[in-house]
Amino acid sequence: MSGPAADRPVPAVTPEMKPFWDAAHRHQLVAQRCLDCGTFRFPAREVCSRCLSRRAEWQPVSGRGRIFSVAVMHQANHPWFAARAPYAVIVVELEEGARMLSGFVGGEPGEITIGMPVEVTFDDVTPEISMPVFQAAIGRAAAG
Amino acid sequence: MSTHPLRGAAAIAGLGITPQGRVYGTNAIGFAVDAVRLALEDAGLTRSDLDGLLLNPGLTWNDMGMGSFGLSQALGLRDLRLTATMNLGGATACAMIQHAAQAIAAGLCDTVACVFSDAPLKPPAPQGKASSSGAAYGFARGWEAAYGYFGVNAMYALVARRHMHLYGTTEDQLGAVAVAQRRWANLNPDAQMHDRPLTLDEYRASRWIVEPFHVMDCCLVSNGGLAVIVTSAERARSLRKPPVYIWGMGQGHLGGDPSDTLSSGAVLAKEPAFSMAGIGVRDVDVVELYDCYTFTVLVTLEDYGFCPKGEGGPFVAEHHTGPGGRLTLNTGGGQLSSFYMWGMTPVSEAVIQVRGDGGARQAARHDVALVSGNGGVLSTHSTLVLSRLAS
Repeated sequence: MSGPAADRPVPAVTPEMKPFWDAAHRHQLVAQRCLDCGTFRFPAREVCSRCLSRRAEWQPVSGRGRIFSVAVMHQANHPWFAARAPYAVIVVELEEGARMLSGFVGGEPGEITIGMPVEVTFDDVTPEISMPVFQAAIGRAAAG
Repeated sequence: MSTHPLRGAAAIAGLGITPQGRVYGTNAIGFAVDAVRLALEDAGLTRSDLDGLLLNPGLTWNDMGMGSFGLSQALGLRDLRLTATMNLGGATACAMIQHAAQAIAAGLCDTVACVFSDAPLKPPAPQGKASSSGAAYGFARGWEAAYGYFGVNAMYALVARRHMHLYGTTEDQLGAVAVAQRRWANLNPDAQMHDRPLTLDEYRASRWIVEPFHVMDCCLVSNGGLAVIVTSAERARSLRKPPVYIWGMGQGHLGGDPSDTLSSGAVLAKEPAFSMAGIGVRDVDVVELYDCYTFTVLVTLEDYGFCPKGEGGPFVAEHHTGPGGRLTLNTGGGQLSSFYMWGMTPVSEAVIQVRGDGGARQAARHDVALVSGNGGVLSTHSTLVLSRLAS
C-alpha cells in the first residue's frame, strides 16, 4: 500500500480485542458474551456489569441489526478522515442486543435513519486487518 | 424552611478569574496560581489564610495525579488541613465547593481555595500557519479512532440524535439556546464572543462540526484559570465582598448508557439540593447550567423540572431564555459564548449575579441561584443552590 491509504488509521489490536479482530480477519462478526448471565457486551470488558462475572466468551453474532444512532463527522482530527468528511459514525443495535460503534458503507451519510435495518460487511484495510462496517439491508430479510 | 445543618454553613467569599481565551505566556499551573491570587485579593485574604486547596486539573495537567500538591507547592502554601485533586469532568467545580463546605461545616478546616485551570490553546504558529487550537479536545480513543470516531463532540452527537429521534427536538431548538446565550454574551464585556452577535439564520448557516451539531452548538476552548474561596458563613461576613451563601448541594451519577437515559444526573442531584435549600425550582431567580453543548442545556432544563422530559426543545424555543426573557439562564453567555472553564464557568457567573455585579447583564432578582455541573457524556452531575441571603 502506498499514498494516502498508507495513512489510514488501523485499529490498535489490544489483547482484550484480539479475538474480535481475528474473527473480523475471517470476515466473521463476534461479540463478547457473559458465560454466567448471557449478556452480550461490546467492546471487550473485563467484567460483566450486569452480574459481575469475569467468565466470558467471544460468540458469533448475526451481523444484522438496526441503526440506533448516527453522527455525521464534518471535522476530524486525522488527515485521512478529514479528507473523506463528511462521513458517518453509527451505533448499530444487533439482533442479539449488543450495541456496536461502526462505520457505514454503500450510501451517503444523509441516507442513514434511526431504525434502518443494516447488515455487516467487511472492509479489508490492510492484509492483516479487516474492519466490520455496516450497509443498508435492502431487499433482505432483516429480522427484528 | 429547611433545618439542614449544611444550609448556609459556608459561603463563597472570593472569586478569581484570569484573562480567558487566547491568552498565552504561561501554563496550567501558572493560570491556577494567578486565579488563586485573584480570588484571595477579591476576598481580602492572603495565602496564609488558606488551609485547604482543591484542584480540578484541566486536560493539560496531563493526569498529574498529585496535582493539588504540586499546585500547593507552586503557591508556597503551608500547613493545609485539606487538599485533593478531583476529576468528575465538568461536575468537579460544584463538587469541590461541596466538599469544601462539608469540611468547613465539620470543623476540619476554615478557608479553602477551589481551582480549575487549563491551557489547551497554543500561540499562533509563525508564518501564518494554522494553530493547533483545541487539538487537546479532539482526542480519539483506541480502536474507535479507526472508524473516525473522534472526541466528545461525536459522543454527544450520538446522544443528541436519539433525543431528536424520540422527542422531535429540532436543529432550530438547539439553535435557540445558542442565540439566547450569545445575546447574554453581547452584554458581558469579559465574554470571548462579546462583540459577535448571532442570529438564528447565522446559526443555521454556521459550519457543521458533527451533525447534528453546528460549531455554534459546541463550547469554546479557553486558556485560563478560575478559583473561588470557600469559608464559613461567619468568616465570610467579615470579609471584603458580600457572602454568596451555599444553601443546598447534591450530586447524581446515573450510570448506564446516556443514549438510553437521555438525562443528566440532575434528576438525582436536584432532590437533596432543593430539600437542603428549602426551595423548589420555581424559587430560583438565576439559573446557570453547564453548557458544553446547546443540547446539554436543553436536557438539563428538563431534568431540573423547568419543563417535562422531552419538551426541552419547545421550552427553549418558546420561553425566551435570552436577556429580558422569562427564564434568566446562563447570563454570562456560558461556555458556548463566554469562556470554557468547565464547571467553573457557571459557578463564577452565579457568584457575579448573586453579588449583583453583573453590570449590563445583571438579573433584577438575584436572591437564589441554581448552578449545575456535568461531566463526561451526561455521566456525572453536581448541583449547588447559592443565595445572597444568610437564611
